[in-house]
Formats: sequence, structure tokens, C-alpha cells
Amino acid sequence: MAPIITIKDLTKTYASGTPALDAVNLDIETGEIIALLGPNGAGKTTLISAICGMIKISSGTVTVNGFDVEREPRKARAQIGLVPQEIALDIFETVWNSVKMTRGLFGQKPDDAFLEELLKSLSLWDKKDAKNQALSGGMKRRVMIAKALSHEPKVLFLDEPTAGVDVALRRDMWDVVRKLRDRGVTIILTTHYIEEAEEMADRIGVINGGKILLVEDTANLMQSFGRKTLNLSLAAPLDSKPEALCDYDLELSEDKMTLTYAYDTRAERTGITRLITDLAAQGISVRDLESKQSSLEDVFLTLVEETA
Amino acid sequence: MNWLAVKSIYISEMKRFFRTLSQSIISPVLSTVLYFVVFGAAIGGRIQEVGGISYGAFIVPGLVMLTVLQQSLSNASFGIYFPKFTGTIFELFTAPISFVEILLGYVGAAASKAMIIAFVILITATFFVDLHIIHPFWALGFLVLTAISFSLLGFIIGIWASNFEQLQIIPLLVVTPLVFLGGAFYSADMLPGFWETLVKFNPVLYLISGFRWAFFEVSDVPVGVSLAAISLFLFLCISAVAWIFKTGWRLKE
Repeated sequence: MAPIITIKDLTKTYASGTPALDAVNLDIETGEIIALLGPNGAGKTTLISAICGMIKISSGTVTVNGFDVEREPRKARAQIGLVPQEIALDIFETVWNSVKMTRGLFGQKPDDAFLEELLKSLSLWDKKDAKNQALSGGMKRRVMIAKALSHEPKVLFLDEPTAGVDVALRRDMWDVVRKLRDRGVTIILTTHYIEEAEEMADRIGVINGGKILLVEDTANLMQSFGRKTLNLSLAAPLDSKPEALCDYDLELSEDKMTLTYAYDTRAERTGITRLITDLAAQGISVRDLESKQSSLEDVFLTLVEETA
Repeated sequence: MNWLAVKSIYISEMKRFFRTLSQSIISPVLSTVLYFVVFGAAIGGRIQEVGGISYGAFIVPGLVMLTVLQQSLSNASFGIYFPKFTGTIFELFTAPISFVEILLGYVGAAASKAMIIAFVILITATFFVDLHIIHPFWALGFLVLTAISFSLLGFIIGIWASNFEQLQIIPLLVVTPLVFLGGAFYSADMLPGFWETLVKFNPVLYLISGFRWAFFEVSDVPVGVSLAAISLFLFLCISAVAWIFKTGWRLKE
């Protein structure tokens, strides 16, 4: 399937001279959830703003569903729904009127049946006559999503959808996003909660300093960049790390009962076999083994540090 | 042209007007009634008539204009400032619309509200004085042109303002004095020579004079001059808005 969004050599330099995006190339596939991960000021929001037509592009092109955002802005924008980072609602307006208003703004004929179904899917139907100011934070965010989806867009941008949201609400939001994907909406979310990207995204793009550092399937990324650790539970406590094993990257736990060995899955040899043999030669017996994948957080930090 | 978007903005703005009906209508009507009591009854008891018209009737066009100016300005400036304040303006920038639709929606709604209030005040006035409008179509024309021009000006103020104080300052510091010095409550020839010349530089004088002419065929300046003045003002406002849209001033990086 053709990508729904194609970004070619996209560069944005602000009037102050700050380069916010530097020759970004990215294809976003129809129906996927892609997470853009990056530290504050990496260019995530600028990238979204450029795709949504909120800022002028300095050079390069962006097409959404085949429409160039600069040459055919109306058609391109009609494809997109945006949920910005900050909750922005007319607090005196009702949920129903807000959603209806947005649908109209995007040039769609009124369709009360569709909006009813949309509000129901976001558990907002019983709040449709409530004023926005009377809603809880989580509900306000769902109203923002309802507004963004009110004109039946092909692509949904979620800019930090769970920033400052508690754990239960975050899981709630993830469910909402998954349901949307099941309906065929392509979702681009930015986040700096790495757990979120790991949990939700089919692909992850890491962005820093206005550049896309990599785009990779989530699973592959975890594997190819993952450092793993091997925890060895010992049968008897050790006083200190054995001298003979000082070549290995070993840590002894405080209770002297666990040795932790860190290794790189990308390396040709992980050294596990040799370590086990050497342990046996030292007369250290191992009761249990456990290997752990390092989290995406570590992957991310490694990447950002490498490019800093 | 995305007419559905224009309609959406217009309807949502008008809804706010009717949601706050008491503030929207009662307060301008109340202040107009006070003007009638103070100026019409108290002062009118001494002035009797101006240019052959009873003083109470003479001030009606000025009062209506005063209200239309203030209402157009405040409705339009608030209308576009409020989304800026709440942040919902991002929607206008991401929607498949151009500034023309935004302008038609907001300015159209602000001008409509001002017109509705103008009619309410005219009706209120008939309880105090006998009113007979000689040229109703001219009166309507002046009213529409003024409502649109000042809604445009209000829209510009709303885009310019970065806080609520700035939103109030131009209506308060510039427009109110201009209206009071614009012959709402007197005829320019009642002023001493120097002041009579000076007020001719006040653009509001031309609006009130033209509007009053449509009522009574009495005016400070020829009606053609009034029409030319309001047209020029409308043209200036449209040019300013066109420039804002072209450059994205205060709107877009």
C-alpha cells in the first residue's frame, strides 16, 4: 500500500535562524501507529505543525494522501485530525456543539448519526450536553480526540496524548488509540514516555536535533539495539567478585547472591558460554538464570547520546 | 470556498450571543434608556430642539451609532481573541479554510449582533420619542456599512491584542471619545469656531451625520461626504485585514 504521508527533505528554519527540522525524510504507512520519540525541543511538534500546515515550510515537500500540503492545502488538511499537546476547548460550549462546530470547520456536512457513534465510542455520549468546563481532564482530552475525528480524517496526530495524565487514564487512552487503529485510522503520536511508544507503536521514529535518527519496527528496534543483562542467582553467597572473572562486565548484588552480566546482543559473541564455563571452573554454582531485555528507554538514551 | 466552515463559525458565534442574551441585549438597552433619561429628559428640557427637531429625537441616530460602533468592536475583537486565549485557534489554522472564511464567519456574526442590538435600541427609542425615518434605506445602508467596518476594525484589534487589557484599550481610549466628540448629542455648528473645525477631522462625525440625515435630512456635512468617508474607512479596514492575512502578522510564524 502507498504511504499515506510522504515527507521529502523537509527543512524548517525559524525566522530567528533556529533550524528546527533538517532535511527530514519519512514515509508513514496507511493504517499504522507510528511513535515519534525525542527529547524536548527535538522538532516533534514542528514536524507535526509542518504536516498540518500550521507553519510555512522552508524547503522540501510533504504530501498527505497524495495532496501536497503547500500546493493543495485544503485537500491535504481535510485528511488530517490533530490533537495538540495542550487541551484547548471553548469552556462555555457543550461537548456536542464543540464537536459539531469542528466538523463544519472541516467542510463536512452535518451527520448527527456519525457524531453520536463517535461520542459513544469515546464514552462521551452521556456527557454530550455538558459544558466543556464541567469535564474532568481525561474527558476533556477525549473531547479533543472526538473533535479531531469529527470530520472523519484518514490520519490522526496525537501530540503527547498522555503528558501529565495518571497511569489509569494513560492505559485508558491507549485503549482508545488501539480502537481507532482498528477502525483504519493511521495514527502518528509523539511522546517522551518510552513505555508508551513501546506499548502502542508498530514503528518508532527517533528524532533529535531536527533529524530523524532512525525509523524501525518496534520489535526490531528493541532487538537490534537492545542490551541484555543476565542475572545469575548463586547457590551460595560470594564475598567479592572473583579475581579470575574480572574481564567480564559483572556486578555483584548487595546480598552477594546475584551476579549480573551485561552484554550486547549485537556483538558477535555474547560471552555467555565462556562465562558459565569459567564460573564452573571457579567452583561457583548457579541456581537460576534470567536474561532481561533493556528497555527502550536505554535504547533511546544510547541513540540520543551517540548523536549529541 | 468552504461555506460550511463560514456557517459553522457564524452559528457558533451567534450561539454565544444568545447564550449570554442578558449581557448581549439588556445592558446596551439599559444604557440607552439612561442616555434618554439624562440627555433627552434632563438636558432636552433646556435645549428643546436642534435644527427643527426635538432634542430627544435628535440624539436617537447618535445613540444607535454609538451602540453599533461599540458592539461591532467588542463582539468582533472578543470573537477572534477568545480562541486565541483558549488556544482553540489552532483549529482554524489546521482546518481546510482560508482567512476569507474566518473573516466572513467572525465579522459577519459580529456585524449581525450589532445590527440586532441597533434594532432593539431603535424600538426602545420609540417608547421615548416620536420617530419618523425619512430615508429608511439610507439609514439601513449606513448601519450595515458601519457595522461591517467596525467589526473589521474589532477583528484587527482582536488579532493584535495579546491580553484582555489591550482588547479593551482601543475601544475605551480611542473610540468612546471619538463618539462623544462626534456629534452624537449635539450638532457640530453648536460648537465654537475652532472646535467646529477640529471635529471635522473626527471620522465618527461623518457616520453620525450621515445616519442622522437619513432620519431627518439634517446633517453637519453633506450626506455624499458621509458616504465617501465611511466607504474610505471600510476600504482602509479591508486593506489592513488583507495585509494581515498576507503576512500572517500575529497569526503565523
